[in-house]
Amino acid sequence: MSALTLKNLDISYGDTKVVHGVNLDVPEGESFALVGESGSGKSTILRAIAGLAPEWTGEISVLGKPRTHGVDRNVSRQVQMVFQDPYGSLHPRKTIDSALSEPLAIHGIGNRGERVEAVLKQVGLDQRFRFRFPHQLSGGQRQRVAIARALMLEPKVLLLDEPTSALDVSVQAEILNLLKRLRREQNLTFLMVTHNLPVVSFLCDRLAVMRHGRIVEIADVAQLKQGDLKEPYSRELLAATAA
Amino acid sequence: MSTPLLEVENLRVSFPTHSGRVEVVKGLSFTLGRERLGIVGESGSGKSMTGRSILKLIRKPGEVTADKLRFEGIDILDQNEKQMRAIRGARISMVMQDPKFSLNPVMTVGEQIAEALVTHQKLGRKEVQQRILDMLTAVRINDPERVAKLYPHEVSGGMGQRIMIAMMLIPEPELLIADEPTSALDVSVQAQVLDIIDDLVTRKGMGLILISHDLALVSRYCDRILVMNAGRVVEECAARELDKAQHPYTRGLLAAMPVIDETRDELPVLDRTQWAGT
Repeated sequence: MSALTLKNLDISYGDTKVVHGVNLDVPEGESFALVGESGSGKSTILRAIAGLAPEWTGEISVLGKPRTHGVDRNVSRQVQMVFQDPYGSLHPRKTIDSALSEPLAIHGIGNRGERVEAVLKQVGLDQRFRFRFPHQLSGGQRQRVAIARALMLEPKVLLLDEPTSALDVSVQAEILNLLKRLRREQNLTFLMVTHNLPVVSFLCDRLAVMRHGRIVEIADVAQLKQGDLKEPYSRELLAATAA
Repeated sequence: MSTPLLEVENLRVSFPTHSGRVEVVKGLSFTLGRERLGIVGESGSGKSMTGRSILKLIRKPGEVTADKLRFEGIDILDQNEKQMRAIRGARISMVMQDPKFSLNPVMTVGEQIAEALVTHQKLGRKEVQQRILDMLTAVRINDPERVAKLYPHEVSGGMGQRIMIAMMLIPEPELLIADEPTSALDVSVQAQVLDIIDDLVTRKGMGLILISHDLALVSRYCDRILVMNAGRVVEECAARELDKAQHPYTRGLLAAMPVIDETRDELPVLDRTQWAGT
């Protein structure tokens, strides 16, 4: 079954249309990357799926069910997002424990203490971090918390918006390994936005190259590894990385 | 090389904390001629503090000490603020990381560049205008006349960074310190910006210190590389020989980067306990 299906998706912010007619199908268990430069609309697609950019037309289906425009609790349970900046995406005055418990409270799920403990273990954080505040953690630790928060509701799909671009290379390696392991263990589907092609090569199965709000090419990672991208713009991106 | 542009010996930078002073740069020494030097390291390695202490930009309660910190024979640590202002910008300038936060939001691009120039030189209005337009052209901005009238929020990140470079280079300094000049930019724009810096630096025979966490990038644009970890230089090598680096930290950093034709199932991570750092 498809984890995510986008049909003729147009997304606007006010009068400005930023994504034009995107069609995409991500099967369950796949790790799919959206690449392209700033302003190409890749993050906007994630935001629309997550419900953060409600002005869209077309169709967004999650695990076979079309998504509505408003807040959709079922979608929240199945799809969660990890944001780029671990410094900006955690509430500064909430402890890790309360940040992680909040989604459980909203969805009326019990057994919170145990669940928080379990998820911290999954993302490789020691229990002593549980009652700390975000400012007491390093960037890599915070990104682990952000991933843990996304995993709280046991979703099937993770939307990853540049999950490692704010991190040092050695920390990036740790987070990439973590994401790869989580995907294997929980059979997650990833839709990841990045402009780092080597990261795509490490973590993803397929990629879509975007420009000016449109998908210009969808390719296999094998093609990326061999430098076998067809469109001139994709080749340009590849050249900028490989140079 | 006759007299080096910059001589640094046993540079130490420290900050007070609840548990006594903490040194963030611990006895750094290097000399720089008219060449391109890269300083690489992770967050907290002290690389930015090194760049800032050369310009004497570390404020109290931070403390800078050095056996020698000389720029063209001038002892930087001996200069007072007034004397430093004559050096900053005019002779040594610095490109910061994020154009969004480093440009003045209420001045037009042209005014800001002009300010950098007239602070250090007395020039006629027409000449200033001409220099600004020439400089904007030099950083490959098409239509410089239009761009000079824009405010920083009206330009893209890549353009903002080029404007900052224009501002830093217009007084024709002898040394340029670029602190993560491209980490806020797209990959496709990064190369353009660095090419511009590289081109201008080589053409004018300036010295360049490029501070970055990106090993691959630094090795491409520099002649020599210092690898820093926890306030110390762990390795110094020619940029071309980076792949032959010996130190386990440097090797660890190199290995942790995914490559475009990645086949590894898991990336090796640094064992942080090994370098008694943070």
